[in-house]
Formats: sequence, C-alpha cells, structure tokens
Amino acid sequence: MEHIVIIGNGIAGVTAARHIRKLSDKRITIISAESEFFFSRTALMYVYMGHMKFEHTQPYENDFWAKNRIELVHDYVHTVETDAKKVHLNSGRDIMYDKLILATGSISNKFGWPGQDLEGVQGLVSRQDLEQLEISAPNNKVCKRAVIIGGGLIGVELAEMMASRQIPVTFLIREKGFWSGVLPMSNAEMISRHVRSHHIDLREEEEMAEIIADDAGKVKAVITKKGETIPCGFVGLCAGVRPRISFLENSGIELQRGIMVDRHLETSVKDVYAIGDCAQQRDPVGERKPIEAVWYTGRMMGEALAQTLCGNPTEWNPGHWFNSAKFFDIEYQTYGWVWSKPKEGHDHFHWQHADNKRAVTIEYDLGTRKFIGINTFGIRMKHQVFDQWLTESKTVDEVVANLNKACFNPEFFKRPFQEIKQAFSSSQHVKA
Amino acid sequence: MFLSIENYITMSVYQRNMSLTGEPPKALNTTEKIASAIGMVGLFILILAFFNVNLPWKGAWLTAALVLISGGIIAFARAQYAHKQAGIKNDGVWFKDLSSRGFWGWVLAIFLTSFYIVLYFFPATLGQGTDGAANTGLIGLFDPLSYLLKGQAASQWFVYGTLYTVAILSFGIKFILKYRHNSYEVIRTGSVMFFQTTFAFLIPEIMAGLNSTKDLPYYDLKNVWPLNYYLFEQWNVNALLVNGSLGMTMLLFGVASILVITPILTYKFGKRWYCSWVCGCGGLAETAGDSFRQLSDKSTSAWKIERWLVHSVLVFAVISTVGIVHSYLPKNNIYKIWEDGTVVKQYETFFTQSNFLILVGVGLTVIFALIWIFRRNELKQDARYGAIGFLFTILAFIGIHFMAGTENLFFFNHGAVKSAYGFLIGAVFSGVIGTGFYPILGNRAWCRFGCPMAAILGLQQRLFSKFRITTNGGQCISCGNCSTYCEMGIDVRSYAQKGENIVRASCVGCGICSAVCPRGVLKLENGPLEGRINSEAVLLGQEPDLMELLSNNKK
Repeated sequence: MEHIVIIGNGIAGVTAARHIRKLSDKRITIISAESEFFFSRTALMYVYMGHMKFEHTQPYENDFWAKNRIELVHDYVHTVETDAKKVHLNSGRDIMYDKLILATGSISNKFGWPGQDLEGVQGLVSRQDLEQLEISAPNNKVCKRAVIIGGGLIGVELAEMMASRQIPVTFLIREKGFWSGVLPMSNAEMISRHVRSHHIDLREEEEMAEIIADDAGKVKAVITKKGETIPCGFVGLCAGVRPRISFLENSGIELQRGIMVDRHLETSVKDVYAIGDCAQQRDPVGERKPIEAVWYTGRMMGEALAQTLCGNPTEWNPGHWFNSAKFFDIEYQTYGWVWSKPKEGHDHFHWQHADNKRAVTIEYDLGTRKFIGINTFGIRMKHQVFDQWLTESKTVDEVVANLNKACFNPEFFKRPFQEIKQAFSSSQHVKA
Repeated sequence: MFLSIENYITMSVYQRNMSLTGEPPKALNTTEKIASAIGMVGLFILILAFFNVNLPWKGAWLTAALVLISGGIIAFARAQYAHKQAGIKNDGVWFKDLSSRGFWGWVLAIFLTSFYIVLYFFPATLGQGTDGAANTGLIGLFDPLSYLLKGQAASQWFVYGTLYTVAILSFGIKFILKYRHNSYEVIRTGSVMFFQTTFAFLIPEIMAGLNSTKDLPYYDLKNVWPLNYYLFEQWNVNALLVNGSLGMTMLLFGVASILVITPILTYKFGKRWYCSWVCGCGGLAETAGDSFRQLSDKSTSAWKIERWLVHSVLVFAVISTVGIVHSYLPKNNIYKIWEDGTVVKQYETFFTQSNFLILVGVGLTVIFALIWIFRRNELKQDARYGAIGFLFTILAFIGIHFMAGTENLFFFNHGAVKSAYGFLIGAVFSGVIGTGFYPILGNRAWCRFGCPMAAILGLQQRLFSKFRITTNGGQCISCGNCSTYCEMGIDVRSYAQKGENIVRASCVGCGICSAVCPRGVLKLENGPLEGRINSEAVLLGQEPDLMELLSNNKK
C-alpha cells in the first residue's frame, strides 16, 4: 500500500490527509513537532484572550485520526533523504515514504535587528510562540509595555491580545496607515483610527532600529529609527512570515525563499510535494504572489494535491481571490483584487459610514467598467455571489446596484446600500 | 435572583490551568465594587427575611431589595461594558473561575441547587403559611406585592416568579449592553423580557386579582404543553372549564398552541421563535445564564445522550399525559360534572376513553407516516429510533386501554406516574439540574437534554422548517468560536468548515455563533426548503469542478 507521509499538521497538511482518505485507502502519516493534534492556528489569539481554551481550537475530536486511519507522529523531522525516500526524526526513528508532502508552514521574519533573539522578543505563529508569550507577557505587571513591529494581520491581532490583558501597546508600522501596502489609504486610515480608539499607541512611519537588553538578557527597551527609546517588556515581531524550510537545506530539493513547486505542487524532486505557506510557485497564478501565507490557500492546495495523489492530476488553480480578517471590532472581507492604489486604467470608489466602522472600496476598470474587486469593512458579504459576479465579469454599476443581494449581515442589521448607491452615483457625476 | 451573585463574584476570582491559559485582565474596578455592594445589600434584605428577622413596612423593604438587586446588576453590567466599544466581549471568560467550572462555579451551582430543592420540596422553610396561617420569612416579605397585584397572600411560586422576572429583566439589560452592536440579539432579548414580564408574570397575576377572572387557575398562555405538563391534568382542566367560555377559550388555545400555532411558526422561523424569543426557561438561560453558555458539552457522545434523553422525555410526557387524560374521561359518552356530590351538568360527549385513545393514536400514526414517507432520506437511521419511540407509544396506548377501569397506568398508579413526571422532569430536571447546574453543565442543559417541547419543535425544525444557519463560501478559518459559544453544544464549526448549512434539531437560534464569528461566516436565515440540507456542500475557492469530482468519486 502506498505510504504518504506529510510533514506538518497545519491546515494544508491536514486537509491533504483528509481528502486523500476520502479518495483512497492509502496509508497516511502526519508528522508534527508542534502539537499532537491539529489545531486552528488562527484561533491562538483567542486562547490568550481567554475566549477559548486550547482544546477548543482543535476542530476534530481526538479519536478522529485513528477512526480515519491517519497515523500521527509527534516528532521533529531533522532531515529528509530523498534518494532513500526516508525522513529522519529527532527521536532517531526513520520513516519511509512513497510520496512526501511538505506542509511545514511559516516562521516569523527577522531582519537582523540587533537584539532580535533576546528573551521577550518573538513572533506569533506557532503553539510554542503562544506558550512563550504566556511567560513573557502574562499580565501588565510582568510586562509593563509591549512594542509590536509591523503593521500586518498578525501585528493587529497581537495588539488586540495585549489590550485584552491591559498591557499598554506601542505599535510601530513603517507605512503611512495601517496595512497601507495592501489597503487603499482611506481604508488604512480608518483602521488606524480604530486601532487608536482601543488605546493602542500606533506610530506610523516609524521603524525599530534595535532592541536593548537588561542585565538578565531580557528585552528592556526598543530604540526607533527616529531615535526614541521605548521601555518595554515584550517585543512582537510581526513584519511578515517566511517559509519554514531550513531543515531541507541539504535535501536536494530546490529552494528559494520557499520550496519551489510546479503547478502540480510537485517539488524539483519526484514524489515530493509542497503545499501551504512553505510552497513557492514557479509560475505564480494570475495576480497572486508566488508565496501565499494564507489559511485558505493552504486548505485549497491540500484539496488540489489530494486529487493529484489519488490518480487525478490536478493543477493548482485557485479561483478568484478572497480573504478576510478582523481588526479589533471591525470585520474585513475582500473579494477579487483591490490594490492599495488603483492599477493603471482602474479607479477606486470609496464609501465610508459616519460611524467610522463601516466602509466599502471597489476597484473597477475605467474603460470597460468591469468590476475588479471589493473591500468591505463592518459589512458581511456573500462569497458565492461575488465569486459568481467576478466569473461573469459584471460591471461596477451592476455590482453597486445589486449589493443588497450579496449582503450576509445578520437579520435586523441596518443595510447601508441605499447610501452607498447614492454616493456611487454622485461620485460618477463628479467624474463625468 | 440568586443568579445575580454570578456577576459579583465573576470578576474577582481567576484560575490558572494548563500551560496555555493566562492571567486575569484585572480585578474589580471601583464602580464594579460599588455595584456589587449595592446588589449585595438587596440580597442581604432577602436573607434577613429568610431568617425571619421581623421587618416592618414589608412593602418598602421588598421594594428596596428588588431595586437594589436589579440596580446592582445593571450598574455592574454598565461598569463592565458601557465604557468599552460595541463588539464581542468574551475577554477572560475562561480565566474567570465562575465561568469556567472553577471553585466559585461549584459554589454557585450548589447554592442554586439548594435553592431549587427548598423551593420545590420544602416551601415551609421559605415561610409558606399552611392551613390558612399567615406567611412568614421570605414569602411573607413578598405579601405586599402579591396583595397589590392580585389581592392575595404570596406563595412560593409568586416569590419565584417575581425573582425570575427580576433576573430576566436585569440580566436582559446586561445582555443588551454586552451585545448592543448586534440588532438581532437586542431585539430577541427585548422579546424574552417582554414575554416574561407580561405573559408569565403580570397577566396571570393580575387576572387572579380581578373579580371576573379570579377563579381561573394561573395560566401562562405562552407556556405550551408539553413544557406545561399539567395543562391537561384533571384539576387544571376542571378549573378552566368551570370558568365558562373564558376558561374554555384558554383550554382551546392551549390545544391550538401545540397543534396549530406552534407548527406554523416553527415552519416559518424554526424553533427559535419559541426557544429563544418567547419561552421563559429559554429567557432565563439567555439572560442570567449567558455567562455559562460556553460550558455546554460539544462531544459527539453528549450529542448521542441528548438525542436519547430528550426524545425519551417526550415519549414519557406523551404517555403520561394521555394516561392522565384517559383516567378522567368517561367510559361511555355521557359526561357528568359533579360538584359536592351533585350532578351539575350532564351531556353527551365524543371524548370517551377509547375514542380519545384512538384519536391520539391515529393522530400520531398519521404524523409518523408522513415523516416516514416524505422525510425518510433526511432521517436516515434516526428514523429507526423514531420508529422505536412511536411503537413504544402505541403499545403504551394499548396498555392504557386494557388497564382502563383499574386505577393503574400499566402497573403504576395514575397519580404515581403523574407525580413521578412532575417530580423527575418538572422539578428535578428542569429546575434543580436545569437551572441549578448552569455553572457546570451550561445554561441550556434542560432545554437540550430534557425539554419535551424542545424535542417536538426540534423534530419539526429538522424535518419541516424554513430555518437554517447558512455558511459563507470558503471563508471559515475553523477557529472554533462558534462551537465554543454554542449553548446547545452543537459543533457548529464542523459544518462551517465544510460549507454545510447547520440544520440541527437542537438549535434554538440564539444567534451567538453568528455574532462571535470573526470572519462573517454564519447567518441565521429562513429560506426555501430546497437545498436546505446540503451535506454534499462544496467550499468555494478554486476551480469548482474539483469539488464536484470529489463528491462524484465518493458515489
């Protein structure tokens, strides 16, 4: 029986395993050093905030794996020997494979900042990061201030986590507005204001120069590039993530920033595949980046690879881009592409409610009026409807006129679409 | 009322368990301390009364106690939520001792349980005057309010009803403050507060005071059989019937509630119209019990127990009620009502013992046959369990028929079966365990495992209703907030992460899963029956035919 070995039990590896089991009777083994059972990484923040216990982050009951004949090995892979089709574990055990799936995920970026390896300096990606966080920043007595570096999705989550324990936060971001490399400026500014309204000391266009230690080798303060010293007990490194691939350096598998894969998610070595955060596409799909550290991408790659491995060669062919996040109290969803600045020949339509918590930005083509993408804040939208509109190349006018049909807000919520329509038509008059 | 303690100790004690839990955000702030003190003073007045301390001007003391208690709860809630921005307020829920089955959780559970035991079984302890003696103690304290509303002395049930209403109103305001960003929660909570205050409390109590209606038994019109298990008992039916057309109307309304009104509303809106918008048990669970919703058991084994238990209670309720009604119906079609040994009325009736049994039996058979024919696919193997329950019920009817003329329902005395149901289900399950164990089993243990009304509504919701919770394409991140905060112990995430609609018999439609979802994945909806149960759902995200292939491969 063919043995499929998966390294990593995050969403990519586990989805691949589940789908291979649905499609076949192959032997499946998942190896993970991080945790015994699959848990949802996105929920780590809620464990720290006391919304959930760690066990609640596990989507399947513990007997699920045995029931589905998925073997779990709680160990660390230190090398992969592709010639012998073998992985070596820290425990000394070797596991032979017929097909190997690398789904090792990410680690936090470090850019060589002085002091980046001090005690009390970390990112937030793994279960171990959370455990470390409980030691470094359990409360506002042990940690009198936290400094968070990098205005992305993990940074804002970490800020919310700290705030839930009344730890004062200074949040340094390089850009002019929160996540403004991705969000259009008016969206970014609205989120910046919202983050500040939660008593976060948000500093835009500010970067960290170095981290200084106290006598015990623990973080004491951060010095910014502008020369300010900010005393703190914790530094969160949230300037993005990169693939966790160092153990593959001598494996013969072609690596760049990530593990190079073709459109069938196969690496340079036969029978070795890579999915999720650690995979790097030789030919990026459409407007997508070659490496996507996104939950949904990991899940979908797992689904696609399971097909390939079960006799139905399937190219990685993701559909229309979508994503979501939550910034403190503001939910964000996006469908299609909205760039921080409209692409050439495109324009943005912005609408924002007076409450500063709801907004819509739509990118569209000025010539053809084709709808390119939408960002919504504080308004839930139906994925399926937008997916269909994007496939059918609807015009921006059709989309704005029919926003109500795409609304996924709970019952009795106010729907601001009339206001949006009016704002849109007056913006078009101004242009005309 | 005792539930109000929950808030006061909630914030003060925390526990550290496992490696992955944290430290408390804070101790009580000054406003919270003052609010706690205010509520405690109110509670203290009740305790004084309980220990028979002679309080003059009872009316003033009672008013002070109730105002202080509800004022304390509301002030505490304001201190907790008002200064924060509208949004999800679950910070530290699992660090707080009280809301995570810690020491204070157990203390509260034992306290509440004792309260229910005293209330149901030892009302004299509370000061209930017997044989015409005046009330003393806690019940005596409530006399002025009772006289004001209905011109009679209070009873333990009046005390309970008053405190129950105060709890739903005060904690309802707390809940509204907590979920003020969510219109569904605000409106729904307004609804349970309204129904408790009017239908369960003011209307029946005031009717008991009016000359024209004072002989009517207490009747909370929204309390539908079989939740209201004594509705068709002889004393209640007689008490309604001697009141002429008004009583008759109320009795007919009771029958229509379960046979007509309930099915229509459940078809349109799901069981939520009742369980989380109208019902008093549900009202208390959603307001005073909100802090404990995360404690419900989400395991599949709990789900299994739930299905066996709740449907067994339903079968028990049906057989018990049918047996009781059967016992007081006439054998032949001359129906007499005696009063003091004299025949008052004598008329022909269709409702003889055997006609009644046949009627109910045929009714159940028709319902069962319709389900079997039209909903067989949805039920799968559950249908077999349903068949067992049905068969058991019909056999019981046959048994009742052959036992007719004896005093027995099978081998038990009618009265014994009736009181067994009242004791086991009415008192122990719904009160002592159902509410007393809020801090241990979660706030809906009764509704989930024991309520026969919920079982009926649930069957209908699963099989014949427009209600479902829809999921949003591929947006689920499996975080588990929805499952954690589902008070009915539904593993919502297991559906959401597959893109399946949630169509579960037990869902009471409280809407919290949708509220706590950080990615906007869940939505409570009433929609067409077609495609409502979509167990072959696909997650959006890639080439659609990929997932089609997956489902084809499975076939």
